[in-house]
Amino acid sequence: MNEDQPERWPQEPRRPWWEDPGNQGTLLDDQSGPMVRPYVMTSGRLEPARGKFDLITLVVAAIPEPDGHLGLGPEHVAILRLTQSVMSVAELTGHLDLPVATVRVMLGDLLDQGLISMQEPEPEADMHDIRLYKAVIDGLRAL
Amino acid sequence: MASGLSDGRRLPTAVKIVIAGGFGVGKTTMVGTVSETTPLRTEEVLTDESVGVDDVSGVERKKTTTVAMDFGRITMRDEYVLYLFGTPGQERFWFMWDEVALGALGAVVLADTRRLADCFPSVDYFERRGTPFVVAVNCFEGVQAFDLEEIKAALNLGRDVPVMLCDARRLESCKTVLIDLILHAMKVRGLTPEPQQA
Repeated sequence: MNEDQPERWPQEPRRPWWEDPGNQGTLLDDQSGPMVRPYVMTSGRLEPARGKFDLITLVVAAIPEPDGHLGLGPEHVAILRLTQSVMSVAELTGHLDLPVATVRVMLGDLLDQGLISMQEPEPEADMHDIRLYKAVIDGLRAL
Repeated sequence: MASGLSDGRRLPTAVKIVIAGGFGVGKTTMVGTVSETTPLRTEEVLTDESVGVDDVSGVERKKTTTVAMDFGRITMRDEYVLYLFGTPGQERFWFMWDEVALGALGAVVLADTRRLADCFPSVDYFERRGTPFVVAVNCFEGVQAFDLEEIKAALNLGRDVPVMLCDARRLESCKTVLIDLILHAMKVRGLTPEPQQA
């Protein structure tokens, strides 16, 4: 399709921000996770301002890894760090250990500010592209 | 629709396969066997408003439930990346299934012959939804291989639904199941699969 293929993704993702030694003060213990309620991170919002964000929508940061917080919350910054390589919404929720709805709201904010690009999956109606099936079969055989 | 990166590269397109079946049948095992990374878990926090709770009378505070799905990833050489989602086992989270099943290439229904009825809801779901699926009987240790025709009859499957034995712990076995699923999905969608798969 396009000569410029995306780079192969790293095998091991970056550690989430709360595992960063600099952020250990945010945890009570290993099991507790970040001590902020998910809806606080989204200021009570349940739906993203923009975008639908399917679980397999692919997201990539449109800017280099931010040094400071750019006026963003730590979770927004964590998303920008993780999406320096292409990552699905589902993977982001897994790495951030946050509920899907929360991550969607934050992705909507980032999209709104032009800080991420995304690729929605093929709609169900478009699943008649034989190349797609052949590529998947080849990929599975190569495992 | 395809949004490019600022430097002109294109993002790959993600596709998905659903791994369904009863609790403890080996869904997460299969996801882990084929995934190129350690399987991750995605969680949805629900209030009882969104769940078909049997009886909420007398419950004064809203309860929340977390529904978890394990998933893995396989990066395809070209412009695709494949995700495998293990469905949440509990049937009352059907709406989560809808989200995962929407746009899926197809589904693998894992079955355990000792508890064959556990996979009825999955079979029923994908039949009603029109999602192409295969039934893979996970052969646990010490379990005799069953006659596939018997299983097909017990599940009341359409004649064209492939039924096969598998070992969710073995890569080659999982690969075969997934490739058979893709070939079946092509047939269901009217695409011509390779000739040897008549």
